[in-house]
Amino acid sequence: MAKVKGAIVVDTETCKGCEVCIPVCPENVISMSTEVNRKGYHYAYMSNPEVCTGCTNCGIVCPDRAISVYRVKVSA
Amino acid sequence: MSELKLMKGNEALAEAAIRCGVDAYFGYPITPQTEVIEYLMTEQPEKRTGMVVLQAESELAAINMVYGAASTGKRVMTSSSSPGISLKLEGISYLAGAELPAVIVNVVRGGPGLGTIQPSQADYFQSVKGGGHGDYKLYVLAPSSVQEMSDFVEDAFDIAFKYRAPVLILSDGLIGQMMEKVNLKDQKERMSNKELIEKYGSWATTGKTKNRERNIITSLDLQSEKMEARVHRLMKKYEQMEKEDLRYEKILCDDAEYLIVAYGSSARISQKAVELAREKGIKVGLLRPITLFPFPKKQLFELANQVKGILSVELNTGQMVEDVRLSVEFKVPVEHFGRTGGIIHTPEEILEALEQKIIK
Amino acid sequence: MDVLDIIKPENQVFCKTKLMTDTPLSYCPGCGHGTAHNLTMEVIDEMGIVEDTIGVAPVGCSVLAYDFMNIDMTQAAHGRAPAVATAISRCWPEKYVFTYQGDGDLAAIGTAETIHACNRGENIVIIFVNNGIYGMTGGQMAPTTLEGMKSSTSPYGREIATMGSPLKMTELIANLPGVYYVTRQAVHTHKHARKAKKAIRKAFENIKLKKGISFVEIVSNCNSGWKMTPNDANVWMEENMFPYFQLGDIKVDGKLK
Repeated sequence: MAKVKGAIVVDTETCKGCEVCIPVCPENVISMSTEVNRKGYHYAYMSNPEVCTGCTNCGIVCPDRAISVYRVKVSA
Repeated sequence: MSELKLMKGNEALAEAAIRCGVDAYFGYPITPQTEVIEYLMTEQPEKRTGMVVLQAESELAAINMVYGAASTGKRVMTSSSSPGISLKLEGISYLAGAELPAVIVNVVRGGPGLGTIQPSQADYFQSVKGGGHGDYKLYVLAPSSVQEMSDFVEDAFDIAFKYRAPVLILSDGLIGQMMEKVNLKDQKERMSNKELIEKYGSWATTGKTKNRERNIITSLDLQSEKMEARVHRLMKKYEQMEKEDLRYEKILCDDAEYLIVAYGSSARISQKAVELAREKGIKVGLLRPITLFPFPKKQLFELANQVKGILSVELNTGQMVEDVRLSVEFKVPVEHFGRTGGIIHTPEEILEALEQKIIK
Repeated sequence: MDVLDIIKPENQVFCKTKLMTDTPLSYCPGCGHGTAHNLTMEVIDEMGIVEDTIGVAPVGCSVLAYDFMNIDMTQAAHGRAPAVATAISRCWPEKYVFTYQGDGDLAAIGTAETIHACNRGENIVIIFVNNGIYGMTGGQMAPTTLEGMKSSTSPYGREIATMGSPLKMTELIANLPGVYYVTRQAVHTHKHARKAKKAIRKAFENIKLKKGISFVEIVSNCNSGWKMTPNDANVWMEENMFPYFQLGDIKVDGKLK
């Protein structure tokens, strides 16, 4: 069965640090950075990138669509 | 070729709307103008021209329907009477602010409050001095005959689309209810959607096509500089209206020693008063403003060099008289006369007022 | 596999729809409006109907919806959007006309316009974002504020005796024959957002059927007005709003469920 590997790209200046993406991630990929963006928000980032499956849950709940999601099939 | 008919003022207005290709009418019953929507519903203009006629749930809803259709570039109108116009004032302010072409008809009745159902001219301030909130003006046309009730519909739309601004036809219960001969114009076709998009596609919200940015209709400008620019843009329109689209009528003014200023039904009655005065040897003339904004300020200022006194005759307690005074800049005495409560002054009463207040 | 290998354009499976502008959303962090806006625009994009879509923006937090939605839009006075949309739809019967309104707009000042557009069965979509509070003006009580819920004009909690019960506008209008589709959704989790998007899509598809109003209520948080973090607000919403404003289809194909 082909596995998938995913990754997200967070537009750190658009992210408002609302953290709504975190509870919907089934793999606990996302954490909030200690850095802040120009508006003073802590932005989301992949703290566990290896386990991301590109399921797009985070993308679809993000009110600001700060998250773009990528997914690629890899042979097992 | 036009058609000659004997019609009520309100009905002539409604028929004119169908004939000049109005796309939609939204209204609500209120005396003394309910005939407008009744006539339209009976005529079924959707079968004649595809015109939409809808009885809204309130005057408030009706003016917002006008706003909606106008934002898409359609020719659309509403009508009501004084208390209903008060309900519409928010919407009228929005129409002005969002720069939308539309026609509103006020068949004035006595007020304030629920008032009476008989005629009055007590909405002059409301019509000409704003009424709704904010820095704007309405182009105001005041018909004084059933013929003008018919003719002014197309005139109003011409102005509305020339300036992208709301236009008010300020009638009254007498003109609305009386019956006279009227020459009805030929039926014009309604503008097709294709033509509309060609003409107004730069601003109307008809659906964002690939060849343009999205159109937004709004009267909101949270940035002060943009709001100031918007309001100045509106003022430029009104300046242009004053320059190019002022309308008035002078009757027997050339040799006049005294002047009556009156509009609408008061003008019709004052015409008779002028006749009676002339029979008595009093040289009085009548200046009838046809547009109340723009107002014939210059014409009054010039006439003030010639006459000894001016009587403003209005079915109210004195509203247009203030603009008459402003226009003549106190060069000559200006007085007001008018019955209220729905009572119509007679030519004899007007003549008596002229003699007692002006000629003395 | 390196992250850089994954985030190649050909591997992209989700991004912001092109029917949202580049303007940063003015909504508070975590506010459901952003998600609701995006889902609606995604639907219009996927249906390919932008050239025939006209939106009507309300007064409320989403008064600036037209700055974010890249479609033709008209701003309506507070509460009047259904009347504005009625006229647009009547004059352009083939267009997809929708209103996007909050709970003050739709259920307070706009009650008459909402009920009568629904009663006439206008061929429009009404999207109703219900967060039980007046957000834009600073968190006042709304018709849908829950009993006991604190707001700036119910600082001791909504009191039924003097302030009335929370108004279930959606159930009210569902009873009108002119209403074809009524559903209540949410957008705070991926599951809810995906369901909401399907509901919004169904609503827009219904326009072609010309069977009347499609009404999509979206129960949303207002973490600023409720004075919580976004995630806490979503939990509070599930525990308090959802039992009263129950999610699911209320009327489908003209029949009450």
